[in-house]
Amino acid sequence: MTSQLYLDEHQIRRARAAAAAIADDVVTFISDKTTIAIERTVLRLYGLDGVDAEYVPLPNVVVDHVHERGGLANGITRPFVNGLLQTGLDVQPLGEAVAAGQVNLLALPGIRPDGEPSDAATESAIQLRAKSLAAGALERVRANRQRRDDDLARLGEGPQPYVYVIVATGNIYEDVIQARAAARQGADIIAVIRSTGQSLIDYVPFGATTEGFGGTFATQENFRIMRTALDEVGEDVGRYIRLCNYCSGLCMPEIAAMGALERLDVMLNDALYGILFRDINMQRTLIDQHFSRMINAFAGVIINTGEDNYLTTADAVEAAHTVLASQFVNEQLALRSGLPGRQMGLGHAFEMNPELEDGFLFEWAQALMAREIFADAPLKYMPPTKHMTGNIFRGHIQDAMFNLIGVATGQGIQLLGMMTEAIHTPLIHDRQLAIESARYIFHNARHLREEIQFAPEGRMVRRAQEVLGQAVALLDQMVGQGLFATLSEGLFADVRRSPTGGKGLRGVLERGPRYLNPVEEALRRELAIGGSR
Amino acid sequence: MSLRSEGAAEMATVDLTRVRPYGDTFDDGVVQLSFSLPVPYGEEAREAARQYVAGLGMMEAAVVDMKDLGEDMTFFVLYAKAVHTVDFTAIKVPKVESPVMDFYEINDFIREHIGRKIVVIGACTGTDAHTVGIDAIMNMKGYAGEYGLERYPEIDAYNLGSQVQNDEMVRKAIELRADAILVSQVVTQKDVHIPNLGELVDLLEAEGLRRRMVLICGGPRIHHELALELGYDAGFGPGTLAPEVASYVAHEIVRRGLA
Repeated sequence: MTSQLYLDEHQIRRARAAAAAIADDVVTFISDKTTIAIERTVLRLYGLDGVDAEYVPLPNVVVDHVHERGGLANGITRPFVNGLLQTGLDVQPLGEAVAAGQVNLLALPGIRPDGEPSDAATESAIQLRAKSLAAGALERVRANRQRRDDDLARLGEGPQPYVYVIVATGNIYEDVIQARAAARQGADIIAVIRSTGQSLIDYVPFGATTEGFGGTFATQENFRIMRTALDEVGEDVGRYIRLCNYCSGLCMPEIAAMGALERLDVMLNDALYGILFRDINMQRTLIDQHFSRMINAFAGVIINTGEDNYLTTADAVEAAHTVLASQFVNEQLALRSGLPGRQMGLGHAFEMNPELEDGFLFEWAQALMAREIFADAPLKYMPPTKHMTGNIFRGHIQDAMFNLIGVATGQGIQLLGMMTEAIHTPLIHDRQLAIESARYIFHNARHLREEIQFAPEGRMVRRAQEVLGQAVALLDQMVGQGLFATLSEGLFADVRRSPTGGKGLRGVLERGPRYLNPVEEALRRELAIGGSR
Repeated sequence: MSLRSEGAAEMATVDLTRVRPYGDTFDDGVVQLSFSLPVPYGEEAREAARQYVAGLGMMEAAVVDMKDLGEDMTFFVLYAKAVHTVDFTAIKVPKVESPVMDFYEINDFIREHIGRKIVVIGACTGTDAHTVGIDAIMNMKGYAGEYGLERYPEIDAYNLGSQVQNDEMVRKAIELRADAILVSQVVTQKDVHIPNLGELVDLLEAEGLRRRMVLICGGPRIHHELALELGYDAGFGPGTLAPEVASYVAHEIVRRGLA
């Protein structure tokens, strides 16, 4: 389709080239580093799960055990797999033995105190076993991906924009009731909002949980419970229902792995969001993101990025170009993790002040601009939140205006606004009313986009071109200084962050000269992306 | 002319000691309700909703719409006529009493009556990560056409962001010599904000700082009366703009002689 907004192809190419340079810089910086979260992820993919007597997850126990003894720089794999070989234990029993203090992984035969193997024979035995563990993990994920494809082929799915709603009761069993009801009402994607604060804890809670604030803890068991419930209701309604959760914060790659293992379909995954809005250290989370996106890519998960949030702190008109610039950067970072365009749910939002004259026109122009520029991406369009007031009747209309743009610009994922935004987490009938409205509007205006031409010199075309032009200028500026400096200067969301500030920097390690991560190697092969050190 | 005067003579007027909801006639008591019941959709559900509203003391309850929510849940929209009355003349609501000044008046007031910049720190505390409220009050750009406190030349405003723990808040208050602390609480599910707000008061009292500071909380579910109960000086609800908060802080500093 030719551009309905008469966007300049040359400018779009220039923006992509600048974003590519910025992303290359980041990838160079992170390629010789790992994090404690990545090493824990490797253990989870080898099959380690569960908690110790103090309820500390075993992946944390084992990684900390090796890290405290100074043996983590070359990865958790050698000491752990050597432990398997030397003790004859399986993955889970070995983790338990380490937790119980019965095994010291760095004091076993076959390995030196720094985590290096003592001889070539041990090394090759470790390599062999580690490769087989990694292959087993990938096989499980591949089977999940196959199951999703089969179910989609057999049951079908709702048309785009997918209807995305959240559940957030704090109790996974209560969430199940609300999620199943929402699916019956017409939802295509159910997102289980996490308990507030989870992004800042450096471990993943364990088991089914029934207590949370503003949401429910992301745990592997909770994932499993919700997956089962949605599969069941999907059979009833004759539609595959996608499950969404958050792999963001300090446990980003671990949750990506858990999602891949439990067949989640959509995951929030955006380092920039964590940096800006949760004050997570930028080095830590960009390293974590690179690995987590490989997992998401291989699992066939659609990621969602969080650019919409910029507009909750910065002004939606003035800062529109920062959203676009960030989408370009996120696209290039995702490509470098092997994530294809069709899995990039780049985020943007309908957040202009409703009092603004012609604001609706500008929102429409920007949404269509994003659609045209990221043609393959299932863009995630976020509803009004900042200017929702508690007047539920007006709020319902604001959400309707947002829904009209969603269908008229071909958005991929429509996170439905709730009339009770700014009052409470959605009640069961808030969701019903939102879905009813969205279905009415999507159906009633389904092919609106195909019927419209915009005035070539008109307000909407000018608006889109202006935003694109500003984004190009911002990206050009960023190329010179790099992403880290950009974030230090507060160019996104009016928030300033320093490369050594924030939470989680202590979990970053320089990779040793003999760093070993067979999961990463296997993913790179599968995704056909270049190797790092 | 005659129609109008006759109409006026026949029309009921309000009795403020016995007020009922007004739909389109004085005293008709019309209310609209919507809620869900965990019962399967159908005529029995409709009757259950009707009886439920009758049990609330309302007459002529009529279900005008209902929807099957799935999972044996049904949503209802009803109209009914309320019988209960309220005595408006007996109502007393504690309110923030200081007069609201505008941006320029506030800065002039601080210069004239306090004679130095005042220091205000603010944050979403505890586990709360929702900064939309504190940002609306504090950020340079403000909200709804009113500048935030960061823009006020006579106010040193520090927005500490989200998920700031109470002990960190106290430490910052000491370090920055805060005159006022603003605490925003948006997540109030299961009343998580109540113990969190209380803890800050306890910490400030333990440090002997409570009386030397103006302590304010705000958020969609906060009101002045709740704030007073929790030991705060003032509470501001939804829709509050920066000048209301700044006016109160400036007046309170002068009133308590904290300058």
